[in-house]
Amino acid sequence: MSESFFRFVLKHKILVILLTVAVSLMMGSGVQHLRFNNDYRMFFSEENPQLKAFEMLQNTYTKNDNVLFVIEPQDGEVFTRETLIAVSELTKEAWQVPYSIRVDSITNFQHTYAEGDDLIVEDLVLNPASLSDEELATKQQIATNDPLLRNRLISPSAHTTGVNVTVQLPGKKLTEVPEVAAKVKEMAKNLEASYPDIKVHLTGMVVMNNAFPTASQDDMKSLYPIMFGAVILVLVLMLRSIPGTISTLIIILLMIIATMGLTGWLGIKMSPPTTTVPIVIMTLAIADCVHILVNFLHFMREGEAKYQAMMESLRINLQPIFLTTLTTAIGFLSLNFSDAPPFRDLGNMAAMGVVLAFLLSITFLPAMMMMLPVKALSGDTMGSLAMVRFAEFVIRNKKQLLWGMGILILFLIAQIPNNRLDDRFVEYFDETIDFRQDTDFATDNLTGIYLIEYSLESGETGGISDPDFLRKVDGFAQWYRQQSHVLHVNTITDIMKRLNRNMHGDDDSWYRLPEQRDLSAQYLLLYEFSLPFGLDLNNQINVKKSATRFTVTLESISTQQLLQIEEDAQQWLLENAPEMRIDGASPSVMFAHIGSRNIIAMLKGTTTALIIISLILVVALRSLRIGGISLIPNLVPMGMAFGLWGLTVGEVGLALSVVSGMTLGIVVDDTVHFLSKYLRARREKNMSGEDAVRYAFSTVGTALWVTSLVLMVGFGILAFSHFQLNAGMGLLTAITLGLALVADFLFLPPLLIYFGGKKP
Amino acid sequence: MKLSLILATLLLTPAVTLAMTAEERGLQIAKEVDTRDTGFHDFKASMTMLLKNRHGEESLRDMRNQTLEVENDGDKTLVVFDEPRDVKGTALLSFSHKAGDDDQWLYLPALKRVKRIASRNKSGPFMGSEFAYEDISSQEVEKYTYKFIEESTHEGIASLLLERYPVDPNSGYTRQQMWVDKERYIPIKIDYYDRKNVLLKTLVFRGYQQYLDQYWRADEMYMENHQTGKSTLLTWKQYDFRSGLTDADFNKNSLKRAR
Repeated sequence: MSESFFRFVLKHKILVILLTVAVSLMMGSGVQHLRFNNDYRMFFSEENPQLKAFEMLQNTYTKNDNVLFVIEPQDGEVFTRETLIAVSELTKEAWQVPYSIRVDSITNFQHTYAEGDDLIVEDLVLNPASLSDEELATKQQIATNDPLLRNRLISPSAHTTGVNVTVQLPGKKLTEVPEVAAKVKEMAKNLEASYPDIKVHLTGMVVMNNAFPTASQDDMKSLYPIMFGAVILVLVLMLRSIPGTISTLIIILLMIIATMGLTGWLGIKMSPPTTTVPIVIMTLAIADCVHILVNFLHFMREGEAKYQAMMESLRINLQPIFLTTLTTAIGFLSLNFSDAPPFRDLGNMAAMGVVLAFLLSITFLPAMMMMLPVKALSGDTMGSLAMVRFAEFVIRNKKQLLWGMGILILFLIAQIPNNRLDDRFVEYFDETIDFRQDTDFATDNLTGIYLIEYSLESGETGGISDPDFLRKVDGFAQWYRQQSHVLHVNTITDIMKRLNRNMHGDDDSWYRLPEQRDLSAQYLLLYEFSLPFGLDLNNQINVKKSATRFTVTLESISTQQLLQIEEDAQQWLLENAPEMRIDGASPSVMFAHIGSRNIIAMLKGTTTALIIISLILVVALRSLRIGGISLIPNLVPMGMAFGLWGLTVGEVGLALSVVSGMTLGIVVDDTVHFLSKYLRARREKNMSGEDAVRYAFSTVGTALWVTSLVLMVGFGILAFSHFQLNAGMGLLTAITLGLALVADFLFLPPLLIYFGGKKP
Repeated sequence: MKLSLILATLLLTPAVTLAMTAEERGLQIAKEVDTRDTGFHDFKASMTMLLKNRHGEESLRDMRNQTLEVENDGDKTLVVFDEPRDVKGTALLSFSHKAGDDDQWLYLPALKRVKRIASRNKSGPFMGSEFAYEDISSQEVEKYTYKFIEESTHEGIASLLLERYPVDPNSGYTRQQMWVDKERYIPIKIDYYDRKNVLLKTLVFRGYQQYLDQYWRADEMYMENHQTGKSTLLTWKQYDFRSGLTDADFNKNSLKRAR
C-alpha cells in the first residue's frame, strides 16, 4: 500500500508539491490569529490551588497588579525640594495611568497628627517647593520611620523612593498591559527629561507581564536566525547536495508556518516557552529529511536511477521514521500532564510540528527531489570506516565499559538530590532585560518584589476592631519582622497604633493598640472619613470588616527559603492564633509551588509516556527482552543529566520539570534505530551479538551521532535565550541528548552482547 | 393666521433655549433642579447601605439622617450610625457650603469626644461603601460647573443629559454625566468619571416618591463601581418632612445627644 502511495507521489510530483504547499499555507494563514500572552498567571492552570487562593484574596480586597516607579536622585537624597517636586508631579500624573485605581507615594502618604482636639489628615508633602530645610528634615524623619513607608516606598537612608500605581486590569483585551506599559515608560522618560538628575526604574507585575512578549520577540529575532544559519551549515556539510538542502529548508519553513498557523487557529496564545517551538521542531524535522536523503543519495551513488533510489530510500525509512515520529509525539504530548498551560501548549505544538514534518518528508520531499536536478557525488559522505573502528573498540572493551558506564551512571543518578527547587520569577529573565535590571535595582535599593499575603479572618462582622484579634495580628507582624530576609510587613495594626497616639495628643506612650473594640472601630471610621479618593482602606479591610490583608515583602530569596518562612509562619499561627490560620497567597507563593507541582505532574506524564512507548517498542521490535533492555538507554540519560545538573548547577524549576517528558520521545529515536539494525542483523543475517553490534554501528552509527549533534546544537542554541526558563530547558535537553548518545554507543552495546539472549 | 401664530410660538420656544450656550443651559437645568427642591425646611429619614464586593460578600450599614435647609448656603446634616454595632452612636455633623470646604465633626461615643475632621478630602469612600462623601452630601449648584449635552430618553423617561465638573480640586472626578427627568427635574442616573476620565461608577435612582406634593425622593440609590466590581445599595426609609428640626439640633452639643 505504501509503495503505491509513493509511486503516486513520485509520478504526480507537481500536483503533490502544489497540494502540500497549499495545505501548509492554508493552515499557516492562522498566523494572523497568533497573540502573545502577557499575564504571569498564564503559568498556572485554573485549578491550581495557589492561584485560586490568590484570586480569592484579590476578590475580597483589591487586585494588586502594579507598576512601581523607583526614583533614584543622583545626589542620593530624596528629601530635597527638587526631588520632592518631581515625586509629587509623578504622583499626580500617575492617576492618568490607564486602569489605575490607586497611587501611593511619600508625597501623597496620608500623614496624621493631632492638633488640639482635631485629627489632621493630610498629604505628607503638600507643597514641596515651599518647604524649608528644617521641614524637609522633619518629613524625612517621619517617612523613614513610618512602618508603612520604610522599605516599601522609601529606603531607610532616604536615597531612593517609589511611586506605586495599583492597576485593575479588566482582563478583556491583550492590549491592556502594553497600554499601561507604554504610558508608564513615557512618564518615566518625561520625568528624566525634566529632571536630569533623577533616574527612574520601572518594575512591578504589569512591567513584568509586558516583558514576557517583548523579551520573547527579542528572542525570536536573535535565536531564529542563528538556528537557520546552523541548520543550513549542517545540511550543506552532511548532504553535500544543494537540491537536498533547498528541499529540506522549504520543508522546515512550511512546517513552521503550518504549525504556527494551526496554533493561531486553535487560539493558543504564544508564551515564552512556546517561542522555542520553531527551533525544537526545526531540529526534529531535519532528522526525518536527513534519513531519507542520505539513503537516497547513497543509492544514487551506487548507480541506481533517481526514481529507484528514492523508492528504495522511502521503503526502508518509512517504518523507522514513522515510529520515531510517533514516539517523539507521545513524548511531547506527555507535557499535557504539566500543571503549567504554556508547557502543555509547547507539547501540543511540537507534537503537531513533528507530525507535519513526517507528512511533508514523505510527500513534499520526494516530489521536490524528483523535480530538482540531482547529481550523485562520488565518495562516501561520512566515514563509516571510523564507525567500524569505533565498534571494534566498544566490543574489545565491553566488560570495562559495562562496569565503567554502570558506575558512572549510578554515580550521576546519586547526584540528583543535589538539585534544589527554585522558581524566582524575576530570574526567569536574564540580566539583559530592562525589567530584570530595574527590579534588581529596586530590590537592592528600595523594596522587594516577592510577597506573601494573608487574609486574616477574625470570624465575625466588624471583628477587625476586636483588641484580641488586633493583638494577634500585631504579634504575627512582630514575629515576621524578626525573621531574616523580611523587608516589610504591611498591617492594619500600625495604622491603629498611630491613630491611638494621634487621639492622645500625639503622645508616644500611646503608640499601642486601642484596648476597646468600639474605640478601634470609631478611630477607623474617623480615619476613613478623612481619606481621599483612591487612598482608602478597602485594599486592606474587607467589606464586613471581619478580615484584614496582611502583606509581607521579602528580599530576593530562593523558593526553598520562601517556603520555609511560610511554613514557620504557619507554625506560629497554629500555636498563637489557630482560629485565623490561612495559607499565604501571592504570585511568589504560586511560583514557589509550581516547580514541585509540575515535577509530580510530569512524573505521571513521563511514566505514562514511557509505558506507551515501551509497549510500542516491544510490538515494533517483536521482542520482549530487547524491549526491556531498551528501557535502560531510554531512561538512563535523564537520570544522568539531572545528576550532572545537580553536580554543576543544582537549581531546577518549572522549565526543567518538563525536560524528561520532552527528551524521552527523542532519546527513544536513537535506541530504535540502533536496536532495529541490531535485530535485523541477528534475525535476517544470523549474526552473533558482537557482529550484530558491528553491523548496527556501521549502518546507523554515523546517522545517529550526526542527528544527535544537530539536536544538541538546536537545543543548545536555546541556552542563549533571554528567558532562563528556555535557556535552562534547552541546555538540559541538549545535555540529555548528548548523554543519550553516550549511553547508546558505550552502554547499550555491552548490554546487548551480555544480555541480548541467544536468538531474539 | 391663527395657525401660523401657534406654529411660530412653537418654533420660537426652543429657539430661546437654543440661543443659550451649552454651559448656560446646563446651569439653568441645575438651578431648576435646585429651585424645585427648595423650601422643604427639614426632614428626617433612615438610611441603609448594603455593600457587596466582587466575591459576593455583603455587609450592612444602618444610619439615621436629619437634614436642615439653610437659606443661601448648603444644608446642615446630622448622620447617626446604628450599625455596625461597634460604631453605634457615632454621629457625623456636616455643614455644607456653597463655596469652600464643608465643615465636619464626628462624635466618638467610645471616646466621648467630638473630633473635627480636618481634612480637605471629601472623595474617600463613605463607611467603606462605593459612595464618596461628595456623592451624598448636599448637592449645591455652586459645587460644579455645567454643560448641557442633549435631550435623550433614559429608560423610557424623557430626560436632559448634562455634564458637570467639580470645582473642588480634591474631587475624585473629572466629570459626571447626569440624566435629569425632563418633567420632574430630578436626577435619574449619574455616571462618574475618574481622574483619568474613565467611567468609574454609575449611580441609579430608583423608586421616586413625592413628599409634601412637591419634593421627590428616591427610595433606592444604587451605586456600582465598574472598575472594582463592588457595589452599594443605599435605601431610604421613613421620610418625615418638616418634622420641626431647628438650628439647635445641628451643633456640637446636639451631636453628643444624637444617639
